[in-house]
Amino acid sequence: MRDVSIIGIGQTPVGEHWDRSLRHLAYDALAAAMKDANIEWADALYVGNMLSGEISGQAHLGPLIADFAGLRGIEAVKVEAACASAAAALRQAYIGVASGLQDIVIALGVEKMTDDVGSQLTAGLASAADADYEVIHGITFVALNALIMQRYMYQYQLKREDFAGFAINAHANGAGNPNAMFQQPIRKEDFIRSHMVADPIGLLDASPMADGAAAVILCPTEQARDFTENAIRIKASAVATDSLSVHDRRDPLWLQAAEDSARKAYRQAGVGPQDIDFFELHDAFTVMSALSLEASGFAERGKGTWLARDGEICLEGRIPITTRGGLKARGHPVGATGLYQVVEAVQQLRGEAGPNQVANARLGMTQNIGGSGATIITHIFERLDL
Amino acid sequence: MTTEIARHWRLKSQRYRLVGEVCPKCNNKMFPPRDVCPECADHSPQPAYQFSGRGEVYSYTTVHNPPEGYQEMAPYTVALIKLEEGPLVTAQLTDVANEDVKIGLPVEMVTRKLKTQGEEGLIVYGYKFRPQFTTA
Repeated sequence: MRDVSIIGIGQTPVGEHWDRSLRHLAYDALAAAMKDANIEWADALYVGNMLSGEISGQAHLGPLIADFAGLRGIEAVKVEAACASAAAALRQAYIGVASGLQDIVIALGVEKMTDDVGSQLTAGLASAADADYEVIHGITFVALNALIMQRYMYQYQLKREDFAGFAINAHANGAGNPNAMFQQPIRKEDFIRSHMVADPIGLLDASPMADGAAAVILCPTEQARDFTENAIRIKASAVATDSLSVHDRRDPLWLQAAEDSARKAYRQAGVGPQDIDFFELHDAFTVMSALSLEASGFAERGKGTWLARDGEICLEGRIPITTRGGLKARGHPVGATGLYQVVEAVQQLRGEAGPNQVANARLGMTQNIGGSGATIITHIFERLDL
Repeated sequence: MTTEIARHWRLKSQRYRLVGEVCPKCNNKMFPPRDVCPECADHSPQPAYQFSGRGEVYSYTTVHNPPEGYQEMAPYTVALIKLEEGPLVTAQLTDVANEDVKIGLPVEMVTRKLKTQGEEGLIVYGYKFRPQFTTA
């Protein structure tokens, strides 16, 4: 196994890109990453994407994007794992380089959501759940998370506003990220007053749908200094799965796949949660932040919201999360999100996070969740002092 | 559209009668049925198991922004039902006002219309749950 590093990053702003199609967004992120890494060619391209077939009527993204980006002929394939598609693409790229089969590899996440609106997009997102036993009952993705949050509040005797800290922190950090969809801070009153989407989930518990693309370039660490002095080492890469449906989980209030993938990642990196300087978690809904913090070892069961209440998740806190706005404020272009998290982690470790910089960040962790918790992918990154 | 008929037809025992399976090795009762028991990984054929259809609300929410095909029912309440035999099931609640639902509410299975597909499309029927009648 070879050690693997990230030598280039690229992203588009997250938002409603009415003038850019899927292939253009992909190109923008890919070209920026290749320029950042000083490369003109790659051995392979892994494209993370969830909904291109449903929304754009476009499957077969590997060759589409490779050709459009001037890389006609290279190995290129799409990877799908619902909202965890981009981290799954990174995982494939990592395997390619670590195994020695490929040297320079691009991992790209792209999602074009605004070419469809309303009920069809809702149906497309729901396809991450069990079609025969969840979706047929009119379940939506928001509703699945609402079922989890409702029970979580009942079990641990919490109120809606106990989750406000997650959204407030995300928006505060989004204000410092020029690529974030929402760059305005919010107040606790805004959170409490926000209208119900699916009780108890209000509008400000939920991340927005958006267009966007993000990319990273990988190579063996021993070659990294040929390209850049800013290489960031991938210290751990781990995937775990759980039942597709919420009703089949042993405990619907516990992200077993988060625990399993985080545990594997900590073991690979030889570290524990106390060593992590910041954590880009998957805050698609505020309750997911709490569950992710608990299953990854940052909070005890049922006490994830305490970290938000006590200010432990802000940039100066014990475990800063969603440091560039997270899914909530940066936005959630589903199949691209996992690589936005990684690009942002690299920015932090390079010291390029501007007003959102976590002081002395050396070890960063990302966690990308597919569906209601069925695929969970955890990566740990380390600043490489060459 | 016609190819979708088989997709619903093959689930008729589950949709209309809540038939699951029981693992011959560890006695785990499963709904929906599976080919491999998730508790003991046993691959041997699993006998059918008839669930009683009774249970209680484990969690619930009301859907205001429904997916394609469910607009005419909105707003509707979906729930996780804890069956009295153990498994959780995802289903809509019916015959109850959204604001009267609470965790722990005893419910029973009934057959209702799940989904429509326009004037000429399929009408899909299946299980929903309603509050259990209380006997004095």
